[in-house]
Amino acid sequence: MSPTPAILRASYALAHAPDLVRHGSKPAREIGRDPSLLPRITEALRPWDEVVAYPPNQVFIGNREPDDLASIPRPWYENRIDSADSAGSFGRMVTQPALYGLMKLCDDFELVTIDAELADLAATDLADFDHRRGRITGVDPAELRTIAEASNGLDLHQDGRPAGFIRTVHDQDEALTASVLLENLISKATAVLAVSDLLRSARIAAGEIDYLLNCGEEAVGDRYQRGGGSLSKAVGEVVGCVNATGSDIKAFCSAPVHALIAAGAMVAAGVHRYVVVLGGASQAKLGMKFGAHLRNGVPVMEDCLASMAFLVGPADAGDGEGLRLRLDLAGKHPIGAGSSPKAVYEALVVEPLVRAGLSMTDIDKYAVEMHNPEITEPGGSGDVPRTNYRTLAAMAVLRREIGREDMDRFVAERGMPGFAPTQGHIPAGVPYLGHALEAIRRGRLDRAMIVAKGSLFLGRMTQLVDGVSFVVERPAVARPR
Amino acid sequence: MDLNGRRVVAIGEREGVTGPSLKLLAESAGADVVFSVTQCFV
Amino acid sequence: MDLEDQANVNRLAETSGTDDMVVLLGQPDANSAGLFAETVTRGDPTWAGPLAGVPLGLPVFHVLEPEIKEQMDGELYDEHVGLMELSADVDEIIKWVAVCRD
Repeated sequence: MSPTPAILRASYALAHAPDLVRHGSKPAREIGRDPSLLPRITEALRPWDEVVAYPPNQVFIGNREPDDLASIPRPWYENRIDSADSAGSFGRMVTQPALYGLMKLCDDFELVTIDAELADLAATDLADFDHRRGRITGVDPAELRTIAEASNGLDLHQDGRPAGFIRTVHDQDEALTASVLLENLISKATAVLAVSDLLRSARIAAGEIDYLLNCGEEAVGDRYQRGGGSLSKAVGEVVGCVNATGSDIKAFCSAPVHALIAAGAMVAAGVHRYVVVLGGASQAKLGMKFGAHLRNGVPVMEDCLASMAFLVGPADAGDGEGLRLRLDLAGKHPIGAGSSPKAVYEALVVEPLVRAGLSMTDIDKYAVEMHNPEITEPGGSGDVPRTNYRTLAAMAVLRREIGREDMDRFVAERGMPGFAPTQGHIPAGVPYLGHALEAIRRGRLDRAMIVAKGSLFLGRMTQLVDGVSFVVERPAVARPR
Repeated sequence: MDLNGRRVVAIGEREGVTGPSLKLLAESAGADVVFSVTQCFV
Repeated sequence: MDLEDQANVNRLAETSGTDDMVVLLGQPDANSAGLFAETVTRGDPTWAGPLAGVPLGLPVFHVLEPEIKEQMDGELYDEHVGLMELSADVDEIIKWVAVCRD
């Protein structure tokens, strides 16, 4: 009999990165045009303790539940959580020095140099990290200056002072410039943290992992194969997955859901027993909405790099309390479906449910694009999760499953406030999986649907959007079928 | 505003009505869509 | 509005005139619709893009407005806008776009 696949464990990480906001795509371009923006941005950035105590971040790492946010008055950046912990039940936050330390220990080509003071901070903040800590070394400031003057690259800062450097590898290769390498190395380093924590919390040896699927959006490659990929294998190497290989799945923000379906299929087919799905952070997105934040006098809140990892394996592994992946209920937005919202939701949500004789109200919780509205609203982009949940509710009305007057209740009960940082592929439904695992263990959730969409049109190769979905269930619900 | 025969600039959004959808709709009203785009903020 | 799109709209207005031009919006919330409407009428309120300080004064309408809806194919409209008609705050969106138009 083929194994029933399950999501056995989820792990998330947030790395505070205030000094890297200047290297985000939008800030870097704007500061290039108007250098006076840099001090204004710096002034609007939050210190570590405020970032830790920020309610959406506490939800992201599992110290609070998404529904708790509904009862915390906005603005959340002012209504912080007292004595908040940077360690959560399925995630953690790390300091910027720890991030630099992770970049150093992930650096196989001497791309990054940091000074000794920063290296000391990094080693201290990563004291509990299991892998390659000996690689976190620093140079004296004079040597750092010499290295920085000798090659093209970018200065890296700590508390505003130049404390490191990342070099351009090839001056005529746009894929190997310092800014691209910074994006890729950060994606690798943050994914390493999430995968390392995942394996530790799942109590599984790295050697037991058979396959790694990266769903991050960064393009790793050189001029001849931009985006060539397999950051997955690079990550697996650092954490000691010696028996695994891997590949990357690309589909903009919908890639994590594609990857989890593929991982489940690999397990179900018996190709691999344990598959890790991982997604590193999007450096390019740091500070993306800083202009709107400055104009509105709110903190520049895109100050954290987010990463995640999921262990997919046979449902009877471990404590047997994983999320059963209903591959028979996987939804997709086919090319021929058209891109009207109705067509998208019909294909993504309704069609798989109807196939199984279920209705929209048989799903206890929907996880959609989980972007934190406090980050998006100042720029006029609205509350993305709320818009998605309202659309789902409207779909249920059109199907006569609920009345118009029940829409608000549908949204409140089956939705949740957005809590994920605006980090590309990270918010795509999957930030809820950690919470779903907890809720199912406590018997408070039977069935959830994870829905992700991707803006394929941004790459100018098609006008299409993409979307995929899957359903997870509590073991007791899944069994009688 | 009579759309018939007018040149239309369509600015859609992924979470609302997309650019290609607006284009179809405007054309059904007899407009000439000279530019259409879908914004994605996230 | 995306800076590249602002440039495109500006170029269209400069090269072929604005006499018979109309902007049609499809945003799902009032804030966002208002921001786009303002950009193509009074200029980019964020002062970040090519339309900053450029009051094109284009007539701008949202696809949810009744006078726009009635001109469109009914079946197409249901397919592409029906859900948003149900889920969005239609009155608020129309109000904010109208404020910029007037």
